[in-house]
Amino acid sequence: MIVEFISRAILLSIPLLYGATGEILTEKSGHLNLGIPGIMYGGAIGGVIGAFLYENACGNAAENMNPILTILIPLLTSILFSVLMGLIYSFMTVTLRANQNVTGLALTTFGIGLGNFFGGSLVKLVQSDLPSIALTKTSKIFKAELPFAKDLGWFGEIFLSHDFLAYAAIAIALIATFILNRTRVGLNLRAVGENPATADAAGINVTAYKYIATCIGSAVAGLGGLQYVMAYADGVWSNNAFGDRGWMAIALVIFALWKPSMAILGAFLFGALCNANNYVQGLGTETQELFKMLPYVVTLIVLIITSLRKKREHQPPESLGLPYFREER
Amino acid sequence: MSQKSKKHHEPFIHIVKRDELAPAKAWGIRIGAIVLGVLLIGLISSILTGEGFFEVYEIMFRGVFGRLFEGKTNMLWKFLQDTAILLCLGLAVAPAFKMKFWNCGAEGQALIGGLAGMFCMIQFGGKLPEFFLVPLVIAVSIIAGAIWGVIPAIFKAKWNTNETLFTLMMNYMATQLIAYYVYIVGGGSNVINPVSTGALPVIGNLQYLTNILIVALLTVAVYVYLKYSKQGYEIAVVGESQNTARYIGINVKKVVLRTMMLSGAICGVAGMLLVAGTDHSINTNTVGGQGFTAIMVAWLGKFNPAIMTLMAGLIIFLRTGAAKVADLNFLNSSFADISVGVVILLLVGCEFFIQYSVRLRHGKKGV
Repeated sequence: MIVEFISRAILLSIPLLYGATGEILTEKSGHLNLGIPGIMYGGAIGGVIGAFLYENACGNAAENMNPILTILIPLLTSILFSVLMGLIYSFMTVTLRANQNVTGLALTTFGIGLGNFFGGSLVKLVQSDLPSIALTKTSKIFKAELPFAKDLGWFGEIFLSHDFLAYAAIAIALIATFILNRTRVGLNLRAVGENPATADAAGINVTAYKYIATCIGSAVAGLGGLQYVMAYADGVWSNNAFGDRGWMAIALVIFALWKPSMAILGAFLFGALCNANNYVQGLGTETQELFKMLPYVVTLIVLIITSLRKKREHQPPESLGLPYFREER
Repeated sequence: MSQKSKKHHEPFIHIVKRDELAPAKAWGIRIGAIVLGVLLIGLISSILTGEGFFEVYEIMFRGVFGRLFEGKTNMLWKFLQDTAILLCLGLAVAPAFKMKFWNCGAEGQALIGGLAGMFCMIQFGGKLPEFFLVPLVIAVSIIAGAIWGVIPAIFKAKWNTNETLFTLMMNYMATQLIAYYVYIVGGGSNVINPVSTGALPVIGNLQYLTNILIVALLTVAVYVYLKYSKQGYEIAVVGESQNTARYIGINVKKVVLRTMMLSGAICGVAGMLLVAGTDHSINTNTVGGQGFTAIMVAWLGKFNPAIMTLMAGLIIFLRTGAAKVADLNFLNSSFADISVGVVILLLVGCEFFIQYSVRLRHGKKGV
């Protein structure tokens, strides 16, 4: 049971990790993107649309489907959707200097609407005779695990039994850590987030950094939505099923103190906390509801402690949430 | 330096901050953005549904107001009620946002206010006389909302804890508390049966009139408070510059705490109106994400309650209308969220053209 619990916690943690890594990249450029929950919905539905159209084009028969295309098409459509939404956000906040909170919230409304709308109407829009969206064939290919994972007992189930997007999430978080801390690009990006005026004076293209960080961050976050649909939900789309995971990913950013590598551990902890209510013995349903509060309470405590201790390396980027206009000093 | 490098350094477009655009012009730009958004929605819906471009608007209008011209006012009342609730939440966040305190927790504050009211209605219903119970429900809702709102403010004032994230987390704590309470009271059925004790009185036969009147009074009160009171002035100064506020002797911490208490209290009113005024019950979806929409209402209305009323009306119109268009064509009603999102994004974006002017190279004046 412990093995199952851990394995399940890892599965639950992956969308959060994607969302948090994406949000960290964006926040490092000084932009608090509250549109992430919407972008994750956007990424999810983008992937679903791609996969749905491909399955339809293959006549809904598994033998016609090319495994590589089955993975590539949803991946690309998912990234396309989330990058487009990231572009909207960065155009609004970087070029038009709109308020980041309001833009983000509007984008979240828009993205969740987009996801639920296409999720609920795609079947009708393409005039398919399927009753609802169930991409089980695509999901099966997405979830392909290593052939020998089953033979390795608990070790196999915990570490080797996941879908490739789960490993990709951890890889992306590690790469992001490396880029942020060990490369010039990362140094420049952090400079932009801390003090754009100084970065600008040093010859860094502030606008380009902000745009690229936001768009890559959105693409990463969108993959979280895709992973949720394909791996956790077995390719079955149901409206609002993704829930508030996007907000939890934003909470995770604080918990991880703006470090993607910490987010890996944090995501696992959040996954475990979200899941714990099913495994603690003797809980009534009502106490389970209180248990679901845990991730938020833990985040609040971390938020308070970081603001109390004022350690410099644990603070949010200095100019987080502020627009930058070169001529206004 | 050669001429070549000089040429290189003159960008094609140049952005200049405007001094101040005449209000009439500024509103022209905003109304232009709204019109553009509404046209865009019409276009998208007619492509998606195959209805004619103008028929879409007809459906929207009928979806919102029903058969108003044939004397049936029930849909109109529903429209006013929805607008009133959204406006009430907007009125709650406006003082906080004007102070640059990003209160993203209106959802949670309203839910907690509603929860406290519900608790009183269930606990004391039948045990206390109605003339005592109703004021009690109102007071307890307001106090609960104020407490939920002041907690992030305390941390903000004392340790500068990020309030955006703090209030967001408090939303989900409120949601889970309600899930817990609903389960206990509902006995596992996830529904609380409507309780009529302690409910707000109904004026005439009009179910929503009480709510609408309360919000109308509140709108005037907030307008006067923000514009003519000393406290409203302090909020404006703190929002513009905390250093200036300190310099002229305003106690910034006190203003932050007081304003957030007010903000939470008005959210509590909204929760109370929903629970004691309309639903007589509560669930995790009672506020339905309107706490976030309300932020946009406040922002788009420039924290001016009069304009906010129009914005709330516009958003409710688009939401109800677009949902109707989608429903009629068997599409998902989340089309409403897309429409609202499009218009808000356009409105937020158009502020750029009010604050800045874009000039083309060689000093030619552009947009």
